Amino acid sequence: MTALAPLPDETLAGRLRWTLHDYRTIVGQEFTHLIRQPANFAWALGFPIVMVLLFVYVFGSAMDVTGQGAGVDYVAYAMPGMFAMTMAFGFMNTAMAVAYAKEKGMVDRIRSMPTASSAVVVGRNISDTIQAAGDLLVLFLIALAIGWRSEGTLWETLGAFALLIWLRFALIWIGVWIGLLVKNVEAAGNLFALAFPFGMVSSVFTPPELMPGWLGAIAAWNPVSATATAIRELFGNPVAAGTSWPEQHALLAAIVWPLVITAIFLPLGVRRFRNLGR
Amino acid sequence: MTTTTVEAVGLGKRFKDTAALDGFDLAAESGTVLGLLGPNGAGKTTTVRILTTLLSYDTGRAAVAGFDVAKDARQVRRRIGLTGQQTAVDDLLTARQNLVLFGKLFRLNKSRARERAAQLLDQFGLADAADRQAKGFSGGMKRRLDLAASMILAPQVLFLDEPTTGLDPAGRREVWDAVSGLAADGTTVVLTTHYLDEADRLCDRIAVIDHGRNLVDDTPAGIKRRMGADRLEIVAADPADLPALEGVVAAVADGDVTVDEAGPSVSAPVKDPVPALTAAATAVQDNGITVADIGLRRPTLDEAFLDLIGDPNQQKENGQ
Repeated sequence: MTALAPLPDETLAGRLRWTLHDYRTIVGQEFTHLIRQPANFAWALGFPIVMVLLFVYVFGSAMDVTGQGAGVDYVAYAMPGMFAMTMAFGFMNTAMAVAYAKEKGMVDRIRSMPTASSAVVVGRNISDTIQAAGDLLVLFLIALAIGWRSEGTLWETLGAFALLIWLRFALIWIGVWIGLLVKNVEAAGNLFALAFPFGMVSSVFTPPELMPGWLGAIAAWNPVSATATAIRELFGNPVAAGTSWPEQHALLAAIVWPLVITAIFLPLGVRRFRNLGR
Repeated sequence: MTTTTVEAVGLGKRFKDTAALDGFDLAAESGTVLGLLGPNGAGKTTTVRILTTLLSYDTGRAAVAGFDVAKDARQVRRRIGLTGQQTAVDDLLTARQNLVLFGKLFRLNKSRARERAAQLLDQFGLADAADRQAKGFSGGMKRRLDLAASMILAPQVLFLDEPTTGLDPAGRREVWDAVSGLAADGTTVVLTTHYLDEADRLCDRIAVIDHGRNLVDDTPAGIKRRMGADRLEIVAADPADLPALEGVVAAVADGDVTVDEAGPSVSAPVKDPVPALTAAATAVQDNGITVADIGLRRPTLDEAFLDLIGDPNQQKENGQ
């Protein structure tokens, strides 16, 4: 029996080319999943949509974020927060998907193949980032439908969306690391209890100034707040930013925070992945 | 001429305080099926994971298809297939999509991946289900798809970790047929199993492992032979005949005669099984005794196995 040798990958350029090919293959697999399971995509979006409706129509009428009375400009305040929150929570899906692939033996199968072993992690990140862009687009259309408008220029608006995706990109590395760290999918799902306050103790729904001092400080320094505040500025914010340093320098914080997260969790994820063989 | 395709020498691996492998040796000649047999926690899966580059080891060395598994993992990965304990196929994809996906990840180009997928679907009897999602498959079908995925490169060495656990008899037969076919085509197969009938049926050699150490490495027949001689057994129709039968058996026995009142039966080890059986049958007839059954009993691999490792349940009882 003649063995079917894989195509050669001995040169550095060849290895790089095949690595990119592997990433593309994994991303393709993820998109086949999306087409096969549109319901999952719908469910993933269901949470932010329900939150939008809850906060805008149920709690929003009682929220006074501008100091000009309950409900005034709340949609303009809350919508960017909602975008940021959707980016913040989505990384848990990454953790669950990675934990699932590990639990089902898919990660081991790929590790025993000539495939670039980084394909599992990087391919995951690329497809999840693309998916996050899809989430944002849908949420953007819903925001338009309930009367929200960006007051910024086209470039400011696009810049705001770039910052949102930049945040998710960074958080996905945390998701990958958690997914590789936990024993099974259930454990990954339980960590949602941690992700929830991470998304909520922020300027997403309420200005940190209105919280007790210590909590407000945490909220102000939360990376999710940095992005939320920065995009509010870019979208034309009706509420003056708080006086804390990260709120005064929101744009810088929204660029640097994800960079810091990536710098910490990308190496952690890669190390964890290597240690699967220890 | 045969060559050693899988070789491990003095393999050691510790997990925290326990030694999973403690100087384990293993060798499989090319084109043969090697069975790795042992109780749960004996080190079977650890061995497979080391040989398939998934796990590092502490001491010793291991080579697969002529390449060191630690230093030349990339070369090893291009020459092996692995079917782990779980069926690692993508449930959401169809059988064909799964095989094309793995083909691409084995770095075949698109058209070759498609071509190979079609071949394998035929070979593993999945052609009719090719375009159905794997999640609707029976256990046996999924396992076959899993096997097909590990065969994409027609590997030199195929590793199967408990390939038939949890399958019904028909599913097991399907997997056995597939494995036998691969071995006949020249693939070296290393499989772990709890099932002695499986090892007996598929394997050319069996390595028995316990507590990370080699107990025995032999052919299935050799392992059974180690259990001692065949036994001649006569089951009496009337318990009153037992003393007479004891005499008959004693005349041909090569060891102590055992009388079992409850049987009611008489048995003893014999040296030359067939002449002993013939002589005993003649003696029974000559004495005019009616018997319920007369025959030779070969030790089963199960008995050999329990004899080698000791009955774990009994050990537990004694320990308490």
